[in-house]
Amino acid sequence: MIDWVFDFISDNAGIIIGCIKAVVVAIVLLQCVPFLVWLERRLMGRFQVRLGPNRVGPFGLIQPIADSIKLLFKESIITNSADKFLFHLAPAIVVFTAIVSFSAIPFGEPVTIFGQTFGLWVANLDIGLLFVFAVSSMGIYGMVLGGLASNNKYSLMGGLRSAAQMISYELTLGLSALGVIVMTGSLNLSDMVKAQETIPNIIIQPLGFLLFFIAGVAETNRAPFDLPEAEQELVAGFHTEYSGMKFAMFFMGEYINMITMSALVTLLFLGGWNSYGLPLFPILAFAGKVFFLLCVFIWLRSTFPRIRYDRLMTFGWKVLLPLSLLNLLFYGFIKAL
Amino acid sequence: MSVAEEGLLERNKDTMTLNMGPQHPSTHGVFRVVLEMDGEMVTSSDPDIGYLHTGIEKTGESKLYAHCIPMTDRLDYLNPPGNNLAFCLSVEKLLQTEIPPRADYLRVIMCELTRVASHLLWLGTHALDIGAMTVFLYCWRERELILDLNEMISGVRMMTSFIRVGGVMKDATPEWIAGVKHVIDILPEKVDEYESLLTRNPIWMDRTVGAGAMTKEEAIRWSMSGPCLRASGVDFDFRKKRPYSRYQDFKFDVPVFTNGDVYDRYRIRVEEIRQSREILKQAIEKLPDGPYKVDDNKISLPDRDKLKTSMEALIHHFKLVSEGVKVPAGETYVPTEGPRGEVGFYIVSDGSSIPYRMKLRAPSFMAIPGMCAMMKGSYIADVVAIIGSVDIVMGEVDR
Repeated sequence: MIDWVFDFISDNAGIIIGCIKAVVVAIVLLQCVPFLVWLERRLMGRFQVRLGPNRVGPFGLIQPIADSIKLLFKESIITNSADKFLFHLAPAIVVFTAIVSFSAIPFGEPVTIFGQTFGLWVANLDIGLLFVFAVSSMGIYGMVLGGLASNNKYSLMGGLRSAAQMISYELTLGLSALGVIVMTGSLNLSDMVKAQETIPNIIIQPLGFLLFFIAGVAETNRAPFDLPEAEQELVAGFHTEYSGMKFAMFFMGEYINMITMSALVTLLFLGGWNSYGLPLFPILAFAGKVFFLLCVFIWLRSTFPRIRYDRLMTFGWKVLLPLSLLNLLFYGFIKAL
Repeated sequence: MSVAEEGLLERNKDTMTLNMGPQHPSTHGVFRVVLEMDGEMVTSSDPDIGYLHTGIEKTGESKLYAHCIPMTDRLDYLNPPGNNLAFCLSVEKLLQTEIPPRADYLRVIMCELTRVASHLLWLGTHALDIGAMTVFLYCWRERELILDLNEMISGVRMMTSFIRVGGVMKDATPEWIAGVKHVIDILPEKVDEYESLLTRNPIWMDRTVGAGAMTKEEAIRWSMSGPCLRASGVDFDFRKKRPYSRYQDFKFDVPVFTNGDVYDRYRIRVEEIRQSREILKQAIEKLPDGPYKVDDNKISLPDRDKLKTSMEALIHHFKLVSEGVKVPAGETYVPTEGPRGEVGFYIVSDGSSIPYRMKLRAPSFMAIPGMCAMMKGSYIADVVAIIGSVDIVMGEVDR
């Protein structure tokens, strides 16, 4: 019996290690969400001449956990006219796609422990970037379905807005990333980081970085592009009718998407885990860059007013898209030469 | 009326009926508007008010004049001294009393402080409506100083009831004057700070320039007043055109803009904060000595310490508190310039100490039809900006 177990493990070591890594990454990622919520509230407090959470635990660190316990125990209200199945499905899609899209993100060189080599990623896909884009854009179904299933006009408008916004900004996102792909010649995210060992892409492609980051902010529905949930216009947009843990799942989805997007920007433009001479562990360099980008996300939110729907479309199609095409054309030429 | 009766469930049409309010984050209280939407575009809007009905006007008909004053605080709850002043000016006109200069100056200082506080609150919530969260808390920071001053002089932060028939509640203390001076000192720098976040911000300008524009003629036709009227290019301010409470003593400009859009309404209010500061500065510098209420015990209460020594003072005190001021029969209306526009009380007196009729000319109420006209043909995001820019206070709309 014991032999059989050992045999099984040694035969399927790859799969088992993969599963363990997936679980670890998912748990760490989910643990990052309360911390990120705390960070956002704390930083926003500092930006806005107030303190932010500071009562529960040291520096208010336990506050998001207290909040999530509250949300878990809240009654989950479903309106009579809602489509029950889709209403339950929508938040699950959002969280699922958010977590899965992170699985293709590498966060360091492979490390060797006890003679075994572990890659610091869940899956090292050759089409890593494409996979992240594909899965994360599935998350939009969650928002549209959530808006549709609620049978509330505000939710519907929020869902429609998120669909339109995602489609418009995904193009820019993809095209500005193509600049990097053209220069690297690979869709593998680890290869992209390797290509930036001496100089990060942000210096070579500053415009591409800007475009990618702006589209990324829009893609994650963060201020100033938080139209689908524009509180002052649409009450809460697509999640107006959601309460309790289902609401919290939308929330988690948004924050995980923020982390994924920051990680992508880091990998594509900021050189990933390369520390450029600074005495840092590669994984710390990576985490530091992601942390910095998350702070930028929060900074943007506390600074800018919300853009208007028609302006968002104009900006996406008439400014960002042509610029990203030009960007791609330019680096295509350089590569061809 | 049920939802079905109102036609909200009507099918088979190209537009969507969207019920906005009364519990909506940015209808500034309990304003309700039923919008007919074509996608994100508003094709028609129908206001519905009355969710905050307090019956203050009617209650006033059974209360002594002095007892009406705390109720006026609660009408436009962002401008309590302004309402007190409008009420007292009307009563004093019937009484034909002359108010001592110090009382007038204290009234002006209180009203201008409140105008600044009201505009700060407006700026904060308006910016929040458009999504700029931080300005909101910055404005709150300075408004807090003014509320502290209110508390220092009257004991209450918002509903001060500071202005009374025949003068003010009590004299200014040196600490209070120092506090006002502090506000005067820091205000320009802080206003610059708000402006640095908004005035040249491309997103802010995108959202506000051209939104809810109203021409000069339309503004007059819709009977707009105050900043909304001046933003459309009409140079009209009661403090200049028909000065009351010695406003003629102060040098200040009345800002006028021409486009009448949300952006101009924003700029006019920011400019008004600066001008109010000018008035405050002059009023504090020139604050005359003398009594802070009329020296007529038939109208204003005698000093507290006189009650122990003077029989006459005691009798006057008793009569004033129990019976109130006897106001000669007649009717009157004195317009004043509040933060939202023309505020005035139309008071009919039958010679008793209780008003026969007390009617408020509320600028927010008058602005609602014009506001709904502006919404037509704009985006739903603009609707929020328009409601914010007109600055309605439901307390005085529904009264």
